[in-house]
Amino acid sequence: MAPHPARTLFDKLWQAHIVHEEPNAPTLLYVDLHLIHEVTSPQAFEGLRRRGLRVRRPERTVATVDHSIPTKRGPIQDVLAAGQISTLERNAREFGIALYGTDHPQRGIVHVIGPELGLTQPGMTIVCGDSHTSTHGAFGALAFGIGTSEVEHVFASQCLLQQKPRSCEVRIEGKLSPGVGAKDVILALLARIGVGGGTGSVFEYTGSVVRSFSMEERMTLCNMSIEGGARAGMVAPDDATYAYLAGRERVPAEFDSAVKKWNTYRTDDGASYDATIALDVTGLGPMVTFGTNPGMGAQITAAVPDPSGIADPAHRASFQKALEYMGLRPGTRLSGHPIDVVFIGSCTNSRINDLRQAAMVMRGKKVAPGVRVLVVPGSYAVKHEAEAEGLDRVFLDAGAEWREPGCSMCIAMNGDEVPAGKYAVSTSNRNFEGRQGKGSRTFLSSPFTAAASAVTGRLTDVRSML
Amino acid sequence: MTGNVRGKGSEPFCAVVSRIVVFPQDNVDTDQIIPARFLKITDKAGVGTHLFEDLRRAPDGSLKQDFPLNMKENEGAAILLAGRNFGCGSSREHAPWALVGAGFRAVISTSFADIFKNNALKNGLLPVVVDAATWSALAAAASSRGQVRIDLQEQEVQWQGGNVVFAIDSFARTCLLEGTDELGYILSREGAIAAYEQRRERGGQS
Repeated sequence: MAPHPARTLFDKLWQAHIVHEEPNAPTLLYVDLHLIHEVTSPQAFEGLRRRGLRVRRPERTVATVDHSIPTKRGPIQDVLAAGQISTLERNAREFGIALYGTDHPQRGIVHVIGPELGLTQPGMTIVCGDSHTSTHGAFGALAFGIGTSEVEHVFASQCLLQQKPRSCEVRIEGKLSPGVGAKDVILALLARIGVGGGTGSVFEYTGSVVRSFSMEERMTLCNMSIEGGARAGMVAPDDATYAYLAGRERVPAEFDSAVKKWNTYRTDDGASYDATIALDVTGLGPMVTFGTNPGMGAQITAAVPDPSGIADPAHRASFQKALEYMGLRPGTRLSGHPIDVVFIGSCTNSRINDLRQAAMVMRGKKVAPGVRVLVVPGSYAVKHEAEAEGLDRVFLDAGAEWREPGCSMCIAMNGDEVPAGKYAVSTSNRNFEGRQGKGSRTFLSSPFTAAASAVTGRLTDVRSML
Repeated sequence: MTGNVRGKGSEPFCAVVSRIVVFPQDNVDTDQIIPARFLKITDKAGVGTHLFEDLRRAPDGSLKQDFPLNMKENEGAAILLAGRNFGCGSSREHAPWALVGAGFRAVISTSFADIFKNNALKNGLLPVVVDAATWSALAAAASSRGQVRIDLQEQEVQWQGGNVVFAIDSFARTCLLEGTDELGYILSREGAIAAYEQRRERGGQS
């Protein structure tokens, strides 16, 4: 038999999940794991009812509540949010789907609990009605966000119709400085390629920097692939992946033989990508965004760029509009800009390592007067681990709020909002106009930068505090 | 191709003739199309009334007169001429629901975000990709208040003084023309799905 042609990780996963192909139609692709939440699933369940269909493989779907759930204990005051959550509870019961519901001890943000429970595994196809599903690619899975119609398709058939995206290697080399990490790297990549630079592609992150990243850092990296427009981001599994997964609740019982198989999920020598982006991170400083999309970022030591130098009129206009919304003047130094709110949380940066970094900076210090700091762990597992290490005391003693898990101020659907006109430093993933509340102004950053800024009340270069 | 379909999708899409609304801003994200606070629903009702809510309205709730959708001459328009990378960000299908709910049947741009494009096609909202020169010609046609016709059968955009053929995935085109949805097609491949699952189980994969 002729040897298999050299293939990329993405090619291998795509080919292994092809259910059916025919001319003039997209590929029918099998879905191994379907994650759902309260916001993008109700209309899909309703569609099933209308057609008289059942969920084909309910054991392959897992539900949780994260988007609209309050991060304070007690009854839900928001009637609409409560209705959405009770609708998911009813749907999960009716269709036989496991639900990590409001009071479940393992509840959390869908992209935090998937890996924590060991549901997320190398080689899988994973989808969810949420664009940050790309997070799960950190484990060598092909994971991407879908719309509600597609949620219904997966319910009914465990399959999706997909056109094959292009593959793009994102090779990250160099040496990172202390205080600079995965969030800074992804913001630097986005600043370079823009928010449409990855459209139609699946990123595979490679290189020595990616290999040295912990699983939490790889998740941060893959999480924001969608902010570059990429369908998915992925990292080939290695010993760090297996060490993270070992002993988790839902991993295969025959773990060692699973690892043998998982080890084949890597790009073969000699395989070619449709495109390659090379990023050298040596000398990179902490990154923050200054505009209204995640591609509008710069090093914190830089000044707000001057749009008048941009040749393309449409690009210049959107840049000017962004600075106007943000209330920033070109030439103003980013470092030192006053802030009002700090949010540490979201599917990008709410895992234990993120909280440890924030706590390292805030330990023994106080939040600057007039600044509100909200720390929202990604799951109850993260919350309990943080409390066992005393991180909650660090945050509370500093004057921050320590909350229950959820998406919270990243999407501002649950009552946690940045007031209009106020500046937030946020470890989340989107700085779109109004994203964190109507009129909110967001500086995206790493947990290190957010914590440093919480203490000083200004955008702060964490390297001066480490 | 889409035979043996259970369940209908949207109304069949043949052609749309309308004035076009020009909204040239690049990278319009789905949070702008429909802000997250309007996602706390369990159906699709009323979502169109909040299309571009925070761009259309001043902080006091009044309509901004200079926002393209609020201009009197654009009332009832069914075609949006949008900037690059339209629909980036969140996967919320509420974005095309809002556009359709507000009467739009097509969006023309030089590029779309992937998930938005997929979602639009499943809701009878036609995403039309044109080159920069065509985009400018259409913007000029809009400023002279001309009508534009999008013919899906012929894959052609026609306006006073010009016409251009556009590319669209043939499967999506057929689904739109027939008003069928993808789920019917998928379910008609039950044999292949069952065979795949059996193959996987035999191979010991979970």
